[in-house]
Amino acid sequence: MAVKRQIRVGKSWMSPKEAEVALREALRAQKEEERAHGHAHSFWRTYVFSIDHKVIGIQYALTALSFLLIGFGMMLLMRWQLGWPGQPIPGVGGMLGEANAPGGIMLPEFYNSLGAMHGTIMVFLGIVPLAVGAFGNYVVPLQIGAPDMAFPKLNMASYWTFLPGGVIILLSFLAPGGAPNSGWTSYPPLSVIATHGQTFWLVGMVFLITSSLLGSVNFIVTIIQLRAPGLTYMRLPFFVWAQLVTAFLLLLAFPPLEAAAVLQLMDRLADTSFFMPSGLVVGGQVVEIAGGGNPLLWQHLFWFLAHPEVYVLILPALGIIAEVIANNTRKPLWGYRAMVFATVFLGFMSFVVWAHHMFMTGMGTALSAFFQTTTMIISVPSVVILTALFISLWGGSIRFNTPMLFALAFLPMFGIGGLTGLPLGLAAADIHLHDTYYVIGHFHYVVAPGTIFAMFAGIYYWFPKVTGRKMSDKLGKMHFWTSLVFINGVFFPMFIQGLAGVSRRLWDGGEQYAHAGPVLHLNKFMSISAFLLLIAQVPFLINFFKSMFWGEKVGSNPWDATTIEWAAAPSPPVAHGNFHELPVVHRGPYEYNPPDENVEFLPQHVASGSGPGPGLPQHAVAP
Amino acid sequence: MSGNSPEQIRHETRIYLTVFAALAALTVVTVAVSYLHLSGWRAIALALFIAGIKGFLVAGYFMHLLSEKKLVYAILAVATAFFLLLIWIPYTEKDSQDAARAAAIAGETAPAENGH
Amino acid sequence: MEMEIPYTVEERPDTGLYNGKLGIWLFLASEFMLFGALFSALIMMRTGAISWPHGYTLLNVPLATLNTFVLIASSVTVVLAWANFRLGDFAKGRMYLIATLACGFGFMIIKAIEYGTKFSHHLYPAENNFYAIYYTMTGLHGLHVVGGMIVFAYLIWPGAKLWSHDRQRYINRVETTGLYWHFVDLVWIFLFPTLYLL
Repeated sequence: MAVKRQIRVGKSWMSPKEAEVALREALRAQKEEERAHGHAHSFWRTYVFSIDHKVIGIQYALTALSFLLIGFGMMLLMRWQLGWPGQPIPGVGGMLGEANAPGGIMLPEFYNSLGAMHGTIMVFLGIVPLAVGAFGNYVVPLQIGAPDMAFPKLNMASYWTFLPGGVIILLSFLAPGGAPNSGWTSYPPLSVIATHGQTFWLVGMVFLITSSLLGSVNFIVTIIQLRAPGLTYMRLPFFVWAQLVTAFLLLLAFPPLEAAAVLQLMDRLADTSFFMPSGLVVGGQVVEIAGGGNPLLWQHLFWFLAHPEVYVLILPALGIIAEVIANNTRKPLWGYRAMVFATVFLGFMSFVVWAHHMFMTGMGTALSAFFQTTTMIISVPSVVILTALFISLWGGSIRFNTPMLFALAFLPMFGIGGLTGLPLGLAAADIHLHDTYYVIGHFHYVVAPGTIFAMFAGIYYWFPKVTGRKMSDKLGKMHFWTSLVFINGVFFPMFIQGLAGVSRRLWDGGEQYAHAGPVLHLNKFMSISAFLLLIAQVPFLINFFKSMFWGEKVGSNPWDATTIEWAAAPSPPVAHGNFHELPVVHRGPYEYNPPDENVEFLPQHVASGSGPGPGLPQHAVAP
Repeated sequence: MSGNSPEQIRHETRIYLTVFAALAALTVVTVAVSYLHLSGWRAIALALFIAGIKGFLVAGYFMHLLSEKKLVYAILAVATAFFLLLIWIPYTEKDSQDAARAAAIAGETAPAENGH
Repeated sequence: MEMEIPYTVEERPDTGLYNGKLGIWLFLASEFMLFGALFSALIMMRTGAISWPHGYTLLNVPLATLNTFVLIASSVTVVLAWANFRLGDFAKGRMYLIATLACGFGFMIIKAIEYGTKFSHHLYPAENNFYAIYYTMTGLHGLHVVGGMIVFAYLIWPGAKLWSHDRQRYINRVETTGLYWHFVDLVWIFLFPTLYLL
């Protein structure tokens, strides 16, 4: 007679059926106990409408990464058109609809829609929600030793305002007339006379700005009020400083855009003329409006936000890079104080440079000189931060893991992005370069091999904290090297095209212009690089999802890091409250190989340095 | 808050009512002054001056800004600086607007082409 | 289930603030920027216009003056509410909150009459830039009044339970809502002369 399979449950052996019964009974008892202590929550309260910053952070991350993928897809469609203008789009061409791509061939209006949507989605639905909503929300409370954000319910409201805003913007593709096609910058009068999709953009932006405002209040109060005892401002991890300044930028710079969006909605829906000049004639017809408005008012109010916005895009990235570099050089950051002051100064300066986006609007020499000066000044703190990060590598014991590879690549890539901004900030050179591919190359370098690489560094770095498992370093390196090569293949030629005078937002990539002739072939090269860049993300996607379930399990601090989120919280952190006991801080954030101590690293919250103690593993002690 | 004892709170209440009276009076003044129909910038300056006093009273006493913490002052100082930047924006377009207005006026004296 | 968030009720020693107080001032700073942008738009429209009407020729000054008194009164009532709550007098405090809410209603009703009269004369935002900015600024201000009213209604009815569970937390909520309400009053103090009297 075959031996029936027995399952061990606790101290006894039982049949599978009995084991199942026992398990159900145990779960029932546990739920009953939790309910008695008031801890039970439905699936909806736990995973959908959670007020826990960690769940909200993950929600933001998954949503933002999805939006990034969608924005990437739009870019691929555009790059097909640029590489092979007028050719039917292979595969998906038939699915885009007759209104957008009859016979699979992209219409110019659809190209413009893709351009406007790609920019909007990447900036407002992708990067900021990922950098601030995801990384900020998840990591900041942990790094300051707090049980959650200051206003957990407000945090949930932030996410649930962001998501509808994003959906509304995406829904614009279904509006009659298609998605907005007046650029991510939505300049009037074009945006005012544009089709319905533009209204979706404006309404969506109101949701997103509201979400952002709620979030920024939360971040600032959390960082100021909920720091653990002993955590003075100059002991904060640089990541937290970066998020604090970012939150101030969002708080004070977004409202003017909200006001402008309301004004543009009035122009579109109530026929007002805030931005509509007199005497406008469209398609041979006089526009029946009061007139007397000023399109430049929109530009001022838009760029008043949009310039600080670009620092919102880069500061969290710099924060992540700083953490990864300190951890993987096994030494403190060089010039921490300088970096902090530079960041604060950068925040202030970012509010007084906006009109360098408007040099070509006919401004006088005095105004132009003012904005050129402030723009040159603002390059100084960026250089200070980048230089400090470079110098931080000197004398380090560098560990070339995947997060560190992305961090190391970030440095020269951001350098290229930053340096190419200089001629744009000088009005004389800007005359030639404005609205050319040079601009597109410049800002993509800062955001793509810049910020997005930093995002990847952050994902590989903090994945073990969130999931308790490590991502594969092999797949990670595959992802890194291919991405690095192909991303440069996509964006570097843009400088060449821009210098040759190829304008941006041209649906055929410049085909019709004689001056574009010599550099037109670069379009195909960039498009092929873009498709290869897509393929390069496959190892990442596989790695991300596979490691969630089957990744190598790790303890609380696999990177031997000094900051509180690693050293004082388990991986993943305690569901409500993050820490088994709230930490107290005794020292700065990067005490790696501290000179007078007998240890390889000294976490912020550990009381003394001699020998392993709470939070300090045995192997941290120097032999 | 400036203390929680009943006497202090009653003292505060008297201040609130005094401020209310002042605000009401200043509102009357604001409207009365507008009947003077002062020219251009004088009217604006006077209106903003009186509004400024009223605002000071609301902010200082009702919002207790006169006894607030340094951090709040710092945040408001930064916000004020950026607010002034916003108010400066129309000035940056002064020349282009003057030119556009001159052109529009010149256009209006010429025979209308578009019936507007 | 909620774990204790520090300094929700008691003040953090080094800043001297509880979380909500800092939060509301930050929010007001952003609102300062929002209305600032609208004032900036108003100035740009006005300085760029060939001719700009005097507000008193087009708008109902007596009604708006009455509204100004109503809003100032509501600012007094809310601060008196807060004072009474601090004295421990829930009934009186609640009465003053209801008075504040009533003033808010009064303001919106007068505003509705104002708008209604204009609409009946077919004077809509599209009429000219003056009306455009007038409707937009007073409209957005009105939305802020309604927002405040919703929060007061919450504090008067469903939210009043907090008085018995955590008195100081309730008092703090009244204080922060009051701060928001005073800001809305402040905006009107500047909006009224700018639009109606200049």
